[in-house]
Amino acid sequence: MSSAALSPAPSAQARRDARSALGDRIFAGLCKGAGIFVLILLGAIIVELFIGALPAFRAFGVPFVWGANWDPVAEEFGALVPIYGTIITSILALMMAVPIAFGIAFFLTEIAPMSLRRPIGTAVELLAAVPSIIYGMWGFFVIVPLMAQHVQPLVIDTVGELPVIGWLFSGPPFGTGLFTAALILAVMVIPFIAATMRDVFLTVPPVFKESAYGVGATRWEVMWNIVIPYTRKSVVGGIMLGLGRALGETMAVTFVIGNANRIATSIFGPGNTIASLVALEFGESEMGSLKLSALLALGFILFVLSFIVLAISRFLLRPKQSH
Amino acid sequence: MSTTMNAPARHARSGPSKDMAVSLALGRRRKRRDRIMLWLALAATAIGLAFLVSILATLLWRGTQALSLEVFTDVTRPPGSEGGLANAIVGTLIQTALGTLIGAPIGLLVGTYLAEYAQGSRLGNAVRFVSDILLSAPSILIGLFVYQLLVLPFRGFSGIAGAVALAVIVIPIVVRTTEDMLQLIPNTLREATFALGAPKWKMILLVCYPAVRPGLITGVLLAVARIAGETAPLLFTSLGNLNWSTDLTKAMSSLPVTIYAYAGSPYSDWIALAWTGALLITVGVLFINIIARFALRQR
Repeated sequence: MSSAALSPAPSAQARRDARSALGDRIFAGLCKGAGIFVLILLGAIIVELFIGALPAFRAFGVPFVWGANWDPVAEEFGALVPIYGTIITSILALMMAVPIAFGIAFFLTEIAPMSLRRPIGTAVELLAAVPSIIYGMWGFFVIVPLMAQHVQPLVIDTVGELPVIGWLFSGPPFGTGLFTAALILAVMVIPFIAATMRDVFLTVPPVFKESAYGVGATRWEVMWNIVIPYTRKSVVGGIMLGLGRALGETMAVTFVIGNANRIATSIFGPGNTIASLVALEFGESEMGSLKLSALLALGFILFVLSFIVLAISRFLLRPKQSH
Repeated sequence: MSTTMNAPARHARSGPSKDMAVSLALGRRRKRRDRIMLWLALAATAIGLAFLVSILATLLWRGTQALSLEVFTDVTRPPGSEGGLANAIVGTLIQTALGTLIGAPIGLLVGTYLAEYAQGSRLGNAVRFVSDILLSAPSILIGLFVYQLLVLPFRGFSGIAGAVALAVIVIPIVVRTTEDMLQLIPNTLREATFALGAPKWKMILLVCYPAVRPGLITGVLLAVARIAGETAPLLFTSLGNLNWSTDLTKAMSSLPVTIYAYAGSPYSDWIALAWTGALLITVGVLFINIIARFALRQR
């Protein structure tokens, strides 16, 4: 009697279980499939860029990387100048951005009164959200005239006259050029590095800092002797993240770099970067031309560069294993 | 307090302890260095904020000069004749919406996979690493990639190619926020749902997603704000179009690309319109950012 009453229940239960299991398999499959899709996406980016770059690599071989020519008329292309410009502007940008970003992170985590931390932090994050083309326009219409009329003539007449290092700061004051591009890049990466630094500074266990304050350390001593050693790896990771941004930034640089395909010895000289050259010359190249392939080859090189930098940054920024 | 501060000073004046004088001098030096560093940090913050203020002030000052109703109702026209930005605005709206519609669901699934299915698995770690690389990859390369993938084979620039390029940028942003948000959910909530006999997919869809809905929305909004201002990936995919066009298979205009073309031109009316476009895009992007932050803070 009781078994007859119970018998439909298990089968309904079984049906429900089967349906649940099917739903589980479908949903898990969808999620996993999406995950694999992301892997394929990165693979496809590498493969497509390489396929596009193949004619240029075939035509010029490995010397493409250190060839200094960029002559569309003679169909001779080399990547040295844009690679040089990319690396110089990025490193100059970091030299300017890192101290300022560190100061902001120091201010936001140790100095600012609690009521100011959130609004200033939000302002820094908003600076990071401004589209890069806005930085480009601002650089072109505000910073370039400032550089051309005031900053560069002053520096060229003073520092540029010095022996030994003078050549670094010589030349005519165009306003545009490597230094201006680096300055705009610095303004762009400051918020990224500052936000990362602030976040990793906040991971320091309060008890470490409190102990230091307890024995009479000043705020700077806490920062320099407790916070920095504790977060050193992640700080470097944050800086590398900023470097990754600077290497591939296109619009902000394109406006102010001066676009000249020669290696400038003065930091005020015009130049180009991989991204700016691709953005400026892509429109002038025909589909399937060798020039287009050379631009894609530049893109491939940029990909390799930023992949290395970003991979190192991820490695350094990965969460600390719990002790 | 003041007596304890004065005590060593009195002691030092009376002479016997040389150590005290040394330690006082040391203390002064440490305090001085501290003060200098605090001022430098303050100066750095002031410089950072000055950049933001300068950018916003420039945008407001130059962007409002050509601001009029025609900007929204008239299409881009040759220099010298009055024109607006209507086609660029609509193009940006279409491509941003489409890019988000394509990218956000994929990103949501990937983030769910990382948080709910792939803890510690090798595939999961690989996906997380690749997604983080994509998050910071130069956007111009994504433009080149989609050019190779969709523009070259079909022999033409198209709005759909632009939307796909933007979708590739959306995916890693949504992945990151989705995973971070789902990991905030206490495991007891998951266990309670399992204890009621719910299958995992129902647990995720009906318990986890609603629990972190504001966070998920924030992720999507941040992605929208990011792609709305992207220029480089659109240069090689949707190219830009001076005429009114909503045809996804043809070249399509967009605000950032129009700004880029106009700002680099020698015509003053085009440059003024570029500033207006820049003002519109920045106000839009910052507005979405503030909304996103606000949505997250309400939790």
